[in-house]
Amino acid sequence: MAETTSVSVAMVGSGGAGVLTTGAMLLEAACAAGWNGLLTRSVGPQIRGGEAAALVRLATRPVECLADHVDLLVGIDWVSAQRFEGEIALAPGSLIVSDPDAGPPPAALATAGARVVELPLAQLTKANPAWRANMIALGAAARLLGLDEHVLRDTIKQHFEAKGEDVVTANVSAAQAGGRAVAAATSGFRLAPPLCSNGKRWLITGNEATGLGALRGGVRFAAAYPITPASEILEWLAPNLPKLGGTLVQAEDELASVNMIIGASYGGVPALTATSGPGLSLMIEALGLATAAEIPIVVVDVMRGGPSTGIPTKSEQTDLNIAVYGLHGEAPHLVIAPQSVTDCLLATQWATFLAEATQAPAIVLSDQSLGQTQAAVSRPADVSFIGQRIRAADFSAPYKRYALGGSGISPMAIPGTPGGQYTADGLTHTERGIPTSSAREHGAQLDKRRDKVEGYAYGALWATLEGEGEVAVMTWGSLTGVAREAIARARADGHEVRLIAPRLLLPTRPVEMAAALNGVRRLLVVEQSHGAQFHRFLRAHYTLPQETSVLHRPGPLPIRPGEIYRQLTEGKLL
Amino acid sequence: MSATAPLACKPGDYKSETKPIWCPGCGDYHVLMALTRALAALGEPPERIAVVSGIGCSSRIPAYTTCYGFHGVHGRSLPLAAGLKIVRPDLTVIVASGDGDGYSIGGNHFLHACRRNVDLTYLVMDNHIYGMTKGQPSPTTEPDFDTALTPGGTGVRPFNPLVVALASGANFVARAFAGNPHETANIIVEAVRHPGFSFIEILSPCVTYRPDQRAWKDRVHAAPVEATDDAARAARRLMTDDGFNLGVLYRGNRRPYRPAAAAVPCDQLELEKGFEI
Repeated sequence: MAETTSVSVAMVGSGGAGVLTTGAMLLEAACAAGWNGLLTRSVGPQIRGGEAAALVRLATRPVECLADHVDLLVGIDWVSAQRFEGEIALAPGSLIVSDPDAGPPPAALATAGARVVELPLAQLTKANPAWRANMIALGAAARLLGLDEHVLRDTIKQHFEAKGEDVVTANVSAAQAGGRAVAAATSGFRLAPPLCSNGKRWLITGNEATGLGALRGGVRFAAAYPITPASEILEWLAPNLPKLGGTLVQAEDELASVNMIIGASYGGVPALTATSGPGLSLMIEALGLATAAEIPIVVVDVMRGGPSTGIPTKSEQTDLNIAVYGLHGEAPHLVIAPQSVTDCLLATQWATFLAEATQAPAIVLSDQSLGQTQAAVSRPADVSFIGQRIRAADFSAPYKRYALGGSGISPMAIPGTPGGQYTADGLTHTERGIPTSSAREHGAQLDKRRDKVEGYAYGALWATLEGEGEVAVMTWGSLTGVAREAIARARADGHEVRLIAPRLLLPTRPVEMAAALNGVRRLLVVEQSHGAQFHRFLRAHYTLPQETSVLHRPGPLPIRPGEIYRQLTEGKLL
Repeated sequence: MSATAPLACKPGDYKSETKPIWCPGCGDYHVLMALTRALAALGEPPERIAVVSGIGCSSRIPAYTTCYGFHGVHGRSLPLAAGLKIVRPDLTVIVASGDGDGYSIGGNHFLHACRRNVDLTYLVMDNHIYGMTKGQPSPTTEPDFDTALTPGGTGVRPFNPLVVALASGANFVARAFAGNPHETANIIVEAVRHPGFSFIEILSPCVTYRPDQRAWKDRVHAAPVEATDDAARAARRLMTDDGFNLGVLYRGNRRPYRPAAAAVPCDQLELEKGFEI
């Protein structure tokens, strides 16, 4: 049997059938056995009774995205599984695990050449009422993947310990029964033994990494209004912020949450909120206030399909325009996009640091596919970005909160400091913060706020730049890892392809981008947007090579590495 | 209150040199006078006080004090002030608003600020009109009041802010009249000292768009009864009064908002252990 370095599994079933738990346990067990991998969830908007899929990719090395095809499709039931048409693509060699009593796998998912392995779930659960179908399916999947039985048993034990010995025993025997039921089947694929990894590994979601990045960056206040798919950031912070002496408050709406963090930051405490597109829309006015009053805040937007309510549970890269251009007036601020699950940590930490350093609001543009993906990663390195604004200390002359000159970053007085009293204002103001409608003062403060943000030394973190050559793929956010994998394939074919992925979207970096594009003759822009927002953004701010093509489409179907690779080859870029 | 000797204790110490934009005769001048008197009486130095506001004539007040101030966006002064007070419980935080800012665009925050009961003092200068945008009806405007935006009046029942505050859980409810700055100052002092969310509706005439409000000085009167700690009784009184009785109407004893403290504090590295494989 051939060994592969990456295997993809999709578990599908009705919402509430335990599909996501099963996927998480499969990933946990595989990681405990030394492999790497990730789990992405794909669910309908219903809490129960809708469709749910756990998409698990296991690999010998860390992976950053889903693969092109699913090797193993496990149907706990097929009730709504046809809704995953397009999202779950099988290949001719794929296996489908299916309960004969549940009817045939939906035609929408079946592919010519895929084989069906029967798993009598209904029969087994009927004979053993304590067994749950998802645990039987877990055992079957683990067996077909060649996962060590003892490791799986330990994972089940750990998972259900709190529910008592009976539950553990029932679930372990259900999983064993699942394994036995498919023992005769051959899978045609077997994951190669894991490569030894040095150092600590974590199993973490993008949303958890975002929360941890905020704490590492110094955030000690968060205001929260629940929204899919960002709530997990807030729910992770809720118990953990107080452990570090911080506070999380649930707000009545997003207008309140963003204004609460402005108030907290004005009081001297680095502050953050997290939301998705609809919430960001509501926060825009206050982001303008934070820009004008020069109050550092961090707003994380975990993007989902839009406009309006859109597709709350699925990913898209379509809040770029509102994040960059949504503010009325001229409002220089920061927009930073994480590029992987791990990078959610670094990007959020960096955003907090930059917001504090420049006294400007920062928007972190994550997305559902990063936020709700759980991945095995190496422990992210400790970096020294701890948010710290320049505080005013010298009040010998009347204090000018918005003093002109220098970098444009003016020392900020924190309430409680004698002699530093000023009124932070969204009205155009003088250096002392007094409202004015003078053309000269208006121009001077606009210059100040632009200069401090544009003139800041952002360093190498502004973008990911990899490779050499005349061909480049330019992308951003969650597609960075997908593009990297596509480029690796091209490289394996002997082609040199560069990867250019700006992490810092705003302020733009014309000089650095020109250097990154130097020598590139053919460029492929890749993004998950119907209207090609990123390409339009690039065209507005940068000089792109004449031969530039765009691979773009809306969510929720994720762009796969194979599509980028195909575009590179069939589009004659190589 | 500060345990150390007050650094400033004259009303003038709390009044800045910035000249108000208000019209001559505006009730808000008297509110500013009452506020600076109250602050002097409280004896807290100006740097220990923050005055937070939204948008409108009344919301210009922070810059007219020598305290720390925040003139934010329309309707959102309460959440901004809550964020500040929660991270800086050492500061005295006063929120200033008007009937448009506080009861219309900011109405939802009003309900939740009362519920949440953060230790804030909320002054709403109510003149039953949008003054800064030149005379449109607010939630407290009489239904038959004719304006350019609503010819013949709104026909809509006015909002009863005090009853709404009681129903929502405000811990201190009072009505004051700008024309009585001494009494108003006393109420502000009491409101700041009272724990939790204290709400003072201040009738503050707009002489430009509501010259009829010059007659308020003859209509206001001291509340005929003592304040109660029974919200239902206070609400019954307020549902049936003439809208002009002044004084502290309700003193509650709800515990002010306290953020949750961690059962077991730890450091960052400890938090990260949960992710280890």
